[in-house]
Amino acid sequence: MYYFWVPFLPMLGIIVPLLTNKLNRSTCALATAILPGLALCLIILELSDVFAGQVFSQSIEWIPQLGLALSFRLDGLSALFSLLILGIGLLVILYARYYLSEKDNMGRFYSYLIMFMTAMLGIVMSNNMLQLWFYWELTSISSFLLIGFWSHNSDARKGARMALTVTGAGGLALLAGIILLGQVVGSYELDVVLNSGELVQQHPYYLAILSLFLIGAFTKSAQFPFHFWLPHAMAAPTPVSAYLHSATMVKAGIFLLARFYPVLAGTEVWFIVVSLTGLFTLLLGAYSALFKHDLKGLLAYSTISHLGLIVLLLGLNTELAAIAAVFHIMNHAIFKASLFMAAGIIDHESGSRDMRKLNGLWKYMPITATLAMVASASMAGVPLLNGFLSKEMFFTETLGQSILGSMSWLIPVLSTIAAAFAVAYSLRFIHDVFFNGEPRGLTKTPHEPPRYMRVPVEILVAICLLVGIFPNYTIGPLLESASLAVLNHPLPEYSLSLWHGFNIPLLMSGLAIVGGLAIYLNRKPLFKFEGLFPEIDAKVEFEGFIQTCVKWAQKINAKLETGSLQRYAFLLCFFALLLIAPPLFDLDTTRGSLPGLPINGAVIVAAILLIAGSLATVIWSHYRLIALLMLSLVGLVVSITFAYFSAPDLALTQLSVEIVTVILLLLALYFFPQETPTSKSRPSHFVRDMAVAALIGCIIGSICFALMTHPLDSISEFFLANAKTGGGGTNVVNVILVDFRGFDTFGEITVLGIAALGIHKLIARMRLSMRTKDHDGRFWAKDKYPVLLSVVSQSLLPLFLLISAYIFMRGHNLPGGGFIAGLITSIALIQQYLAHGVDWMTKRVSVSYHFMIAIGLTTAGLTGLGSWIFGRPFLTTWFEYVSLPWIGKFELTSALVFDLGVYFTVIGATLLILASLGKFTTTERLTVGER
Amino acid sequence: MELIYAVCVGFMTSCGIFLMLRGHTFTLVIGLTLLSYAVNLFLFASGGLTIGAPAVLNGSDIYADPLPQALVLTAIVIGFAMTAFAVILAMRGRADLGSDHVDGTEPFDRLAPEDKS
Repeated sequence: MYYFWVPFLPMLGIIVPLLTNKLNRSTCALATAILPGLALCLIILELSDVFAGQVFSQSIEWIPQLGLALSFRLDGLSALFSLLILGIGLLVILYARYYLSEKDNMGRFYSYLIMFMTAMLGIVMSNNMLQLWFYWELTSISSFLLIGFWSHNSDARKGARMALTVTGAGGLALLAGIILLGQVVGSYELDVVLNSGELVQQHPYYLAILSLFLIGAFTKSAQFPFHFWLPHAMAAPTPVSAYLHSATMVKAGIFLLARFYPVLAGTEVWFIVVSLTGLFTLLLGAYSALFKHDLKGLLAYSTISHLGLIVLLLGLNTELAAIAAVFHIMNHAIFKASLFMAAGIIDHESGSRDMRKLNGLWKYMPITATLAMVASASMAGVPLLNGFLSKEMFFTETLGQSILGSMSWLIPVLSTIAAAFAVAYSLRFIHDVFFNGEPRGLTKTPHEPPRYMRVPVEILVAICLLVGIFPNYTIGPLLESASLAVLNHPLPEYSLSLWHGFNIPLLMSGLAIVGGLAIYLNRKPLFKFEGLFPEIDAKVEFEGFIQTCVKWAQKINAKLETGSLQRYAFLLCFFALLLIAPPLFDLDTTRGSLPGLPINGAVIVAAILLIAGSLATVIWSHYRLIALLMLSLVGLVVSITFAYFSAPDLALTQLSVEIVTVILLLLALYFFPQETPTSKSRPSHFVRDMAVAALIGCIIGSICFALMTHPLDSISEFFLANAKTGGGGTNVVNVILVDFRGFDTFGEITVLGIAALGIHKLIARMRLSMRTKDHDGRFWAKDKYPVLLSVVSQSLLPLFLLISAYIFMRGHNLPGGGFIAGLITSIALIQQYLAHGVDWMTKRVSVSYHFMIAIGLTTAGLTGLGSWIFGRPFLTTWFEYVSLPWIGKFELTSALVFDLGVYFTVIGATLLILASLGKFTTTERLTVGER
Repeated sequence: MELIYAVCVGFMTSCGIFLMLRGHTFTLVIGLTLLSYAVNLFLFASGGLTIGAPAVLNGSDIYADPLPQALVLTAIVIGFAMTAFAVILAMRGRADLGSDHVDGTEPFDRLAPEDKS
């Protein structure tokens, strides 16, 4: 099970080149090659089992609930791709050692290259679709870095950006497709997904899944209409083009099609869309390649065309076509990588890639020329070379197709035409570069490259020949196991031999070669004809498109984000309304079956007070003091309501909070204008807000009414039954707070503490002037601290503290508890502040309120942790009844200590807020002159 | 009884939301407070209305639902912290921006003719 290490070895290898960058260049290259080399060995070790048809998979769970796992598999298809990625990768490392100049940062280049290698291995070996997607995006990012490696070059930057945008967008589509597919199948593991073909194809989501996957695959593999990014990616250093844009990354899209072939292929939509896209790309690429003067440009369009060929094969409805596709993936990777490397050598040793300047190089670099000619012959599909074999298989499969109905004969005809163009551009590559007169206007005299720069090309060309002559011995088993993985069931009969007798495919090959020759010989009129069309620069078009998108986005954004909080708040309420209203339409009647309580006079009076108070708050909202008074009236009636409906704890809390809130708001009002300026909002906004508010009120009221009158299953019975036995208290509300839902309470007092600290910080640097007169021009009262109030409040303080202690102690069994006691104590202290002033209090209260919050939270937290000592879950209550002489039997409980923490936090937070603000009115305030 | 209660809750919600949609911070804080009263009453009522039977165990058969009460109790305290934070934030905004409008400045008034001069 060594294969599990394969994706990790190169991952570790990402840092190796960075570490060895300072050493000499050959050492750096060698060190970089070690870990990928080791990974290649591991794959080779597993090959015999893979050839035997075994599929390995292994996973480490991460978040099973989300279907996330680290999961790798090794089957024929992954083995084939891994060999290509690691094998060609190693050759590219060797090649780049000689290609990169002294100026280039070699460590950084290798690091990106290995990162890309890791990503590709991850794609081909992933057994989990989400993980596959992660690696898929990683290839886009590392390819962005590699294309833009020469970042001083504007073309490189633009090309990199274009490639990232197109493949990245495709990646997002793929993610959507993967999630849909995962939802349909119920698993993200490939083992499961690959065997659910029928389920997926009959599902209504099938079309959506297929389109999203195809967008992902076509963007990555440069299929029409997304092909335009690939030629511009040629601004990358040539080793990158050889590796990413011929052998590996652009094959990722094809890998995706092959990998999901058992799940997605087999329907009419698949055949038509995939084969037509492939066919069109095949023709377009082959035709365009002929007219490129740039060597790499020609190879780029040729790559597009060959990718189209493979896609077309995957879209033909025979199993042999899929086998031919796998075969051509290998062959194309091998001959195209060697051609790119040869083009790189020519560029490197002659200083140009322009075929109008490069002529007659045969004299200067005969060995490289020979190698390049063999490789391009393979590209053209000349017998005895690997390209010929897969092309023959391709021709065989185009015959006898029925996917286009009566128009199916077009497929072999168009394929032959495309093949003729392939022959023509291959001829051009050979003849224009190596013969055709003398070089024109080159900056340096061409010569053979360093010995080892040629080695990778030699190896690849040798493979072309070996595979071309002895297919069965060289790649037979690999092809078989990879095809098995694509088709997911036993393979049909097929023959890999070189000679199948005189038949139609051979005739098509012959026609293509003759046609190619004819096209090349007549190239001059063809070039002239092509010159009639205005040249479209994809970069300009693309930039224009992006600019338009940005403009639209800015327009929409400007519409949505106006910077007006009023508008946002309105939109929030409006959409909340849209979301909560529809479910109510399903409820038959608002009034449920429960009998209501009888109405009495007191309730009517309270209701009138509530409504009148709320209404008055709104009507007089401009007169802020009056609005505040009306608001406090409402708060008072609310606390009475709680008391009336059997909630004494709530009533006590509401009442004390009410007092604190009103004091706080009065204090704050001191710093605000006393009246709101007359409304400047438009009348239409006024009506709009009123309508939304009224509608939400109606809905909330209806829900409230329905909730009260419909029978309800509540979990409250549990609390009532267990409060005494489990929590040791008879006041169920308090037991819930300190015991059953103690963790909630702990969280809430923490929030309280944080809010208080936040407020303290907000106040700390505030620069706000204070008025000396009220709104009507009267000065504030001169006698700041009325004697009567100070005397009375001072004498009341012990009584207050006694009451709060009493309320606190009885809280577990009778209405009361830490929250209420804390609030009562706070009010008592605030009263002292009001009566004596902040300075007076500061002298007398030595404890800091921050400290008090900290003490409270620590006490509560430690009580919770304490239960761990006894092996119980966090915040389990302990209680015991103790008898003491004279006092009698009483209860000791850990909940009381927790409640003490609540008590301290509430006091600390409340007083920190009010005292900070109060302090602001005395010593720290600015003395700004008033009008 | 339930009907009256629900009407009150709905009305208070409307008033609260309307005030929250106004343009000045102090009004907004008042609206927020009013809305939190309404929300607390609403949550409290989700356990049904009971008269004269607090959830203090004393051997009787009927008790008010203690769970909404416990939730509302902490909601009241947290609501206080939130109101306090909002009002102090409004003060700070007024101190730093010189305006107590929620957007930091009074919006340009297209309707009042005297502003056009």
